[in-house]
Amino acid sequence: MVICALIRESKKGNPCLQKKLFLLDLGYYFRHLRINNRSVDILEQEQILLKGLALSDKNSIELIYRDNFSSIQSFVLNNNGSVDDARDIFQEAMIVLYENAGKDSFKLNCQIKTYIYSVCRRLWLKRLQHLGKFNTKLENIEDIIPVESEVEDHEKRNEDFNLMEDAMSKIGEPCKSLLNAYYLQKKNMQELALEFGYTNADNAKTQKYKCLLRLKKIFFAQYKNS
Amino acid sequence: MDDILLLEEVERYLRGEMTKEERTLFETRRKNEAELDQLVVEHTYFLLGLQTYGSIKTFKHSLTEVESKLISEGLIGLSPFNGKAKIVYLWKKYKRNIAVAASIAAFISILASGLMVTVSRKFGNENYRVLVDQINKTNREVNKLKSNRAIEKSAITKPEVDFRATGFLIDRKGYLITNAHVISRMKNIYIENRKGEFFKAEALYSDKEVDLAILKITDTAFKPVSSLPYSIKKENSELGEQFFTLGFPRNEIVYGEGYLSAESGSDGDSSAYQLNVSANPGNSGGPVINGNGEIIGIITAKDSKADGVVYAAKSKNIITLLERLKKSDNQFQVLKTPNKTELKKLDRVHQVKKMEEYVFMVVGN
Repeated sequence: MVICALIRESKKGNPCLQKKLFLLDLGYYFRHLRINNRSVDILEQEQILLKGLALSDKNSIELIYRDNFSSIQSFVLNNNGSVDDARDIFQEAMIVLYENAGKDSFKLNCQIKTYIYSVCRRLWLKRLQHLGKFNTKLENIEDIIPVESEVEDHEKRNEDFNLMEDAMSKIGEPCKSLLNAYYLQKKNMQELALEFGYTNADNAKTQKYKCLLRLKKIFFAQYKNS
Repeated sequence: MDDILLLEEVERYLRGEMTKEERTLFETRRKNEAELDQLVVEHTYFLLGLQTYGSIKTFKHSLTEVESKLISEGLIGLSPFNGKAKIVYLWKKYKRNIAVAASIAAFISILASGLMVTVSRKFGNENYRVLVDQINKTNREVNKLKSNRAIEKSAITKPEVDFRATGFLIDRKGYLITNAHVISRMKNIYIENRKGEFFKAEALYSDKEVDLAILKITDTAFKPVSSLPYSIKKENSELGEQFFTLGFPRNEIVYGEGYLSAESGSDGDSSAYQLNVSANPGNSGGPVINGNGEIIGIITAKDSKADGVVYAAKSKNIITLLERLKKSDNQFQVLKTPNKTELKKLDRVHQVKKMEEYVFMVVGN
């Protein structure tokens, strides 16, 4: 996903566009999968799910929820938590999986079920420990599969995410929408000028950079504090 | 300005938009100027962060959508594998708030209706206008045509409605509060949710003096919600307190915000507040919520001549009324008024998002 950002108008065709096409195919594939559930082998299914997940595809997300949520809920409920806690933890585990599914280097050596369970277990025990409800040292917990480093990476990224969210909320409008439209929705300058009422693309561009400078300033100021 | 030009160059460089010559020149500069090199590194990192932020945000959005779909199906919150008895047990055991069981509905746009204001006199003030929306016949027919096409799976078929106002839940089992004047002219009362589904409701109690009425959704199609995220404030609110409102001056939920402008209502009525907020026919019965997520009042009327002069019954009235009813009437004893707010630390957008699930259209004929 990250690659798309930096080469949004690159010469060799836009990889984001190619992915979109792929996503449409995936939709078809899933209908097919559901009907003939037994005909596609489970590993292949899981690879497809992971690819879908990496593209924020709702069908994939839904299938993973359906397959896994209830066991995570039981785990959390049996360990001092509520349904809301279970939802939180599950969402976070989904984000961990999402972050990794997008990496080329990521290879899942177990079933998604096992992976999610391991991540949720670690996340939940960590939270319990934080609340002082669980006294075993985390180093002594053995994961079903090792996910410790992935959870830690995720926590770092999560901090960055929160910093960015915070900075975004502080720059105000129209900056927020402007940056969002350009950097995240990938609209071009003509579209932006039209949408935000700038007289021409150049004006929109100057505004965009002004906003970006402000965002960076706030982001890095907090970054140094944290 | 220099900063901007520099940043633009860095971005062009990173995106590979420079010509060969420009690129060579830029790279030489980068080698010689430590500051520029640092800027490139920093900006690459920053853009990456921004990108990750964007993609996770999109992903979270998809997650939430899937979640609410599954909540409405009952897969989340009520696990199908554990059986009902166990769930009840778990609820008792943990006593936590279980997720909001309402899904985000696809919004069905219906024409804004022609506004005819019901005028009533209260306390001798002839400018006192209650805010029930009377819907005229033509619009009603248009609505009917549109909704027949749009809503196929409504709990009951869309009834013909003459009046529209607002009401909100005071108990998760389908008890709502609204104004007495809202239902005074309705023979049949319906509650419409944001999905455009109608539920039959009946008035359990109506008190013209304080202008409050309690409704119960009697329709079996209505599923109790798991908990209410707001509380009802027992104390009086202070002059100047900021609040927001939700209501149905249109066929779509409308947000408004304002401040408490006087501690009494029309003609010194001490059971009401005067508010400065925009309100229109249809807003009657809508909650007035402060920043902590406490209901401080319920919109009742406005001054037809003065701008932004709106009256609201104090929330204290709701509490007193309910306490009185609980003592005198068995059917109210099951009522559990919400006393815990989950909205306190949320920003306004999220407060509204949580809140709007519990604010309904009260319609009738």
